[in-house]
Amino acid sequence: MSTGNGRDRLSNLTAQEAVGGILLLGIGILALDLIRLILLNELPFGRLLSYTWNGIVDSLYIGLAAIGLSMTYSILRFANFSHGDLITTGAFSGWTVAYLIGGIGVADLSSRLLLRADGGAQPGAVGMDVLSAPLTIVLGLIVAALVTILVALLIDRLVYRRLRDAGGIPLLIASVGVALALRYLIAFVYTTDTRIVVASPPQPELAELVAIVGLELPAFLAERTINLHEATLVISALALIVGVHLLLQYTKLGKSMRAMSDNKDLALITGIPTERVIFATWVIGSGLAGVAGYLIVLDRGQITINLGWFLLLLIFAAVILGGIGSIYGALAGSLVIGLTINLSLVWIPSDLNEIAAFTLMIIVLIFRPDGLFSGVETA
Amino acid sequence: MSEAPDSNDGVAETPGERSEATERPQWLSDLLLIGGIVAATYAAFGVIGLLTGVGLNETVGFMRQVTFFAAVYALVVLALNLHWGYTGLFNIGVAGFMAVGVYTMAFLTASPDGSPAGLGLPIPIGVVGGMIAAGLVGLIAALPALRVRADYFAIVTLGLSEIIRLSLLSGSLRSVEIGDTEYGTGGGSGISYTPVDSVVPWLLERPVIGFAGDQLYAIGRMVGIQSSIIDGGLYTGVLILFVITFYLLLTRIAYSPFGRVLKAIREDELAARSLGKNTDRVKITVFVVGCALMGLAGILWMGSQSRVNPDSFMPIVTFYIFVALIVGGSGSNTGSIVGAFAFAAFLWQGPRFIRAIVRANVDVRPPQTIYDAVVALGSGDPLPFVGYVIGTLDELRFVLVGVVLILLMIWKPDGLLGHRKELAAATDITRRPTATDGGEPDE
Repeated sequence: MSTGNGRDRLSNLTAQEAVGGILLLGIGILALDLIRLILLNELPFGRLLSYTWNGIVDSLYIGLAAIGLSMTYSILRFANFSHGDLITTGAFSGWTVAYLIGGIGVADLSSRLLLRADGGAQPGAVGMDVLSAPLTIVLGLIVAALVTILVALLIDRLVYRRLRDAGGIPLLIASVGVALALRYLIAFVYTTDTRIVVASPPQPELAELVAIVGLELPAFLAERTINLHEATLVISALALIVGVHLLLQYTKLGKSMRAMSDNKDLALITGIPTERVIFATWVIGSGLAGVAGYLIVLDRGQITINLGWFLLLLIFAAVILGGIGSIYGALAGSLVIGLTINLSLVWIPSDLNEIAAFTLMIIVLIFRPDGLFSGVETA
Repeated sequence: MSEAPDSNDGVAETPGERSEATERPQWLSDLLLIGGIVAATYAAFGVIGLLTGVGLNETVGFMRQVTFFAAVYALVVLALNLHWGYTGLFNIGVAGFMAVGVYTMAFLTASPDGSPAGLGLPIPIGVVGGMIAAGLVGLIAALPALRVRADYFAIVTLGLSEIIRLSLLSGSLRSVEIGDTEYGTGGGSGISYTPVDSVVPWLLERPVIGFAGDQLYAIGRMVGIQSSIIDGGLYTGVLILFVITFYLLLTRIAYSPFGRVLKAIREDELAARSLGKNTDRVKITVFVVGCALMGLAGILWMGSQSRVNPDSFMPIVTFYIFVALIVGGSGSNTGSIVGAFAFAAFLWQGPRFIRAIVRANVDVRPPQTIYDAVVALGSGDPLPFVGYVIGTLDELRFVLVGVVLILLMIWKPDGLLGHRKELAAATDITRRPTATDGGEPDE
């Protein structure tokens, strides 16, 4: 899949490569410091493990959302500021359906329909965890994807299609308008209150789960518990990422999408149906965004109308780190961002960790605008 | 810059407009336009407010708020217009630069015994310091950021403004002990200081202004307007003076040779560079000037409260300013003021005015959720739904802002005054006589 290594990148050392080198050096120093901290027992190994795990979990939902953002960036050629609110749309629509189905006979219709806007329908009473209502949760996941896709297609029809040839900045501004309208329409219906909609996650010990399959674990893992909601997030996200990979690499649609993001004019000349590719872009991108929103709420337990908007800049950071337009880059970028915001906690307080991620994003944008992994340009 | 002919008038029209307003200089017709729109809006609000029983005091207070927001938005929008309208720099980190200005001012002027403590300097020094700090941050941002594409530049500036806000919010910078005093950002609760609108009592102690002020308060007492509204109104008057200064300054810049380079960069940077213009230096200069003005605008706006905290600088603030700019039409200073006024009057305060009208006339108790409202609507009682809509007007206002932005992008990407073409050239070559007599000397 890597086609871009023909570039003559070794010929001279540019500022970009110098900064890349300094970044690598910095990461190397931090890694050495990490080893020092562990050897001196200033940082318990267990805590490092949990930072890393949290980083991977964060990177998975950021990655799901980043795929869509990267696709719209490369195929529709604009920075979509409404992507975060597609995440929010998925979260609200999916959980509404989960409550509607799961709470039949337990809570009244109005608190189920409005996701506890009136404070009724306790998540525990409705049974909102993966063990008590697995089917409802899965149904909610599917609806989250479907509703988000419909909303995105509707917005495309109403707004973006009229601006196809308007250029990146007018589209960007319009997407800010879409973001505001969408978020506050949700707020109009569901109110702006932050609330807990998921029951506390079942946390069996890892050893119990493995024992079902008939295996035994090494001692340092055996007593660790596993958060089943987090596990659901990880498994669903990984499955979807593999699915997108297969779709892009082995179907004709995937090939057209990659062609369009590589070179739009060339793709048009070869007869690729542009509108169909754009349709597929919205379906995949917004579907994944909706699922991401739903899964984030499953993991965090809370829902708020600013859910996606507050994540948006992190997702942009991931897309940019990976090089805009490359889906594998976006995933790698998500991993970098996820690990950055969690591993940076070793050195800095938790209210500065996003600053670390944004600083990294700005440095990369300025000095390596093609992303950390520049050279790989395939979708 | 000083060599340029006094060209504020007469260069900014398209040939079509010229036939209508042949003799009237551009600045006068702009002034009439702004004045006409403002007067018509106030008249409409006043008549509607009095007819629907909102009451004089509330209507006047409402108009004062519209004027205040129009003035502060006009200040920031004019500064942003220098970046985006004239130079094409898509800066969506406005809130961050405003934050730098206000926080620097707060730090310089806050009382040394406060918590967190400041330096206790006089307000004018704080204002100038805030501008310098905002400009410096702009310089640091501009040096590397101007190398990247427009949409990347947008994300860099947004990221920068979030970094600034999160740093101000952070607990680790909340208070830093230097010597025996605790300095710092105050975290989420911010810094308290003497607000800049304390200039009004100071002005009222001056001889002539004080006399005029006394008359104003007396008239206010006669017709029943609270003196607090007049206080606010006087500060708004000071703001309007600043708007006029900004307008004159920016129009001067726009029509100077330097301004023509800006427009050339906006239209085609490569061409400007090919003509030997040092576009990088021009872009950095204009970015720093714009950021300093944003800092000043932030001080005049947020600095008129007695406490500043990071929540006033959410990224959404930047987008309001962009909406105001785009409504008016980017690239036009008159458009910036009209846009700021239209945004403040119709998008920002308009829904609140409607709420005041409804509350003055109908006794609506908003139901708790939209479900109750819709159920009542279904059973033939629209009042709860009206109540719910009125109760959630603050949210619906954002929907309105978003929809207006989308519609503008689709149908009128140049804004209300976007039909105006401001020529980049010193002389209007489109209306040069067809007979060639060897040309006229340039400048």
